Amino acid sequence: MSSTLDSDQALLAAVRQIATEVAAPNADDVDRNARFPAETIDALRGQRALSAFLPTGLGGDDASFATIAHCCLELGRQCGASAMVFAMHQIQLITIARHLEPDSWFEQYLRTLAEEQRLIASVTSEVGTGGDMGRSIAALTPADDGSVSFEKQAPTVSYAAYADDLLTTVRRSPDAEPGDQRVVLSRKDQTELEQTGTWDVLGMRGTCSPAYTVRATVPGEQVLSTTFARVAAESMVPISHILWSHLWLGIAEDAFDRARAFVRAAAKRTPGQTPPAAYRLSHVMVELSLLRAEVDSALKEFIAASAEPGRQRLTTMAAVLRFNNLKLAVSEHAADVCRGALDVSGILGFKNDTPFSVGRHLRDTMSAELMVANTRIHETNAGLLLIAKEV
Amino acid sequence: MAMNKQMTDTIRRVLDDHARLPVDVDTLADDSDLYQAGMTSHASVNVMLALEDAFDVEFPDRLLQRSVFESVDAISSALTELEVRVAG
Repeated sequence: MSSTLDSDQALLAAVRQIATEVAAPNADDVDRNARFPAETIDALRGQRALSAFLPTGLGGDDASFATIAHCCLELGRQCGASAMVFAMHQIQLITIARHLEPDSWFEQYLRTLAEEQRLIASVTSEVGTGGDMGRSIAALTPADDGSVSFEKQAPTVSYAAYADDLLTTVRRSPDAEPGDQRVVLSRKDQTELEQTGTWDVLGMRGTCSPAYTVRATVPGEQVLSTTFARVAAESMVPISHILWSHLWLGIAEDAFDRARAFVRAAAKRTPGQTPPAAYRLSHVMVELSLLRAEVDSALKEFIAASAEPGRQRLTTMAAVLRFNNLKLAVSEHAADVCRGALDVSGILGFKNDTPFSVGRHLRDTMSAELMVANTRIHETNAGLLLIAKEV
Repeated sequence: MAMNKQMTDTIRRVLDDHARLPVDVDTLADDSDLYQAGMTSHASVNVMLALEDAFDVEFPDRLLQRSVFESVDAISSALTELEVRVAG
């Protein structure tokens, strides 16, 4: 038990060091040039952080989910794009691990992933579904030799060009209904990526997420046997919302720290007087502390519900509402904290080259409302509120 | 047995009105997966509301999960658990 805790603390310390020593000095360049944060991801590979969550039997370090979430927060404090790449990889990895069948192809795959520190990207959104991840147009077409093929038009695929493997949602078969989905894993050498769009965006520029047409042919065993509906409810959706929220919180915390540094510098110039900006900072702190509480309680609830046999609680509407609320609250308020930090530091925060700059933070957190659009999540919640009792 | 038949008939009528399935409900067996047959999450909420109305019950939160509404059989056993009595 204590050795597990020690290794979790060691992982978190190592990721924190990578965040400050590798991600931070490159963050502005990654942002300005909309380039993949390769040095940070390579450093994380060096710490075997891409497989740390896996059990030791599969080549991982048995790291806890909470530790992975805190790693996302630490990376988020220094470079939002690096944190998002790390988080999205963890979402796919943890999802596969939670729905793993003994002696399946996926078990061997995870061993290989740990050995080679392979990076997984996901292809969940699709042109023509109106942003509803619970429906697919693309379908698996079986061939006589037991292989399956698909072609999917994806409006964004984050870091697709830099990933080793892709996890894609598709309909189970050509005649399956839109909601009858499976997830399929394809290695880069089994996949053809045709870039069909550009990536010049406001924030999270380093995630390099243009549109692609994705085509792949893989052996049938590379399709996860559990339905995507179950995978999404028990794992992918709540895990996405929790890990994203941690990194958005990390960005907001760094913006707050920069505003506080500004206030301290102002206070030193006028000893004996509280600078007016300190009062504004106090308001921002309230918002930040609410954010922290929401992120922390959601993490604890998810861990508790995951430990229950069958994970039934995660498939209830109450759970869907709970983790949707997390996503809505944090995506909106993280940007508010960054905006508040800008109000505190004024022109020095507005400029891109001061210790108080928060432009990147503000732009990065503005992407949060779009990652599974908040309007769509509100729409879902509105429907569920008609029937859910205790909310 | 007769009461059971009446319950499944009512469930099927609710599905016919609210599940918006691309196929005729009568073509589905009692244990057929309604989601696989094309019921969306959005439609399933309307099904739940209509079931509460038709059977004069309220599904508690613990029963408000996907698997409880995935087939006519699953809905029947949830209603039975709630001790729904079909009049007549």
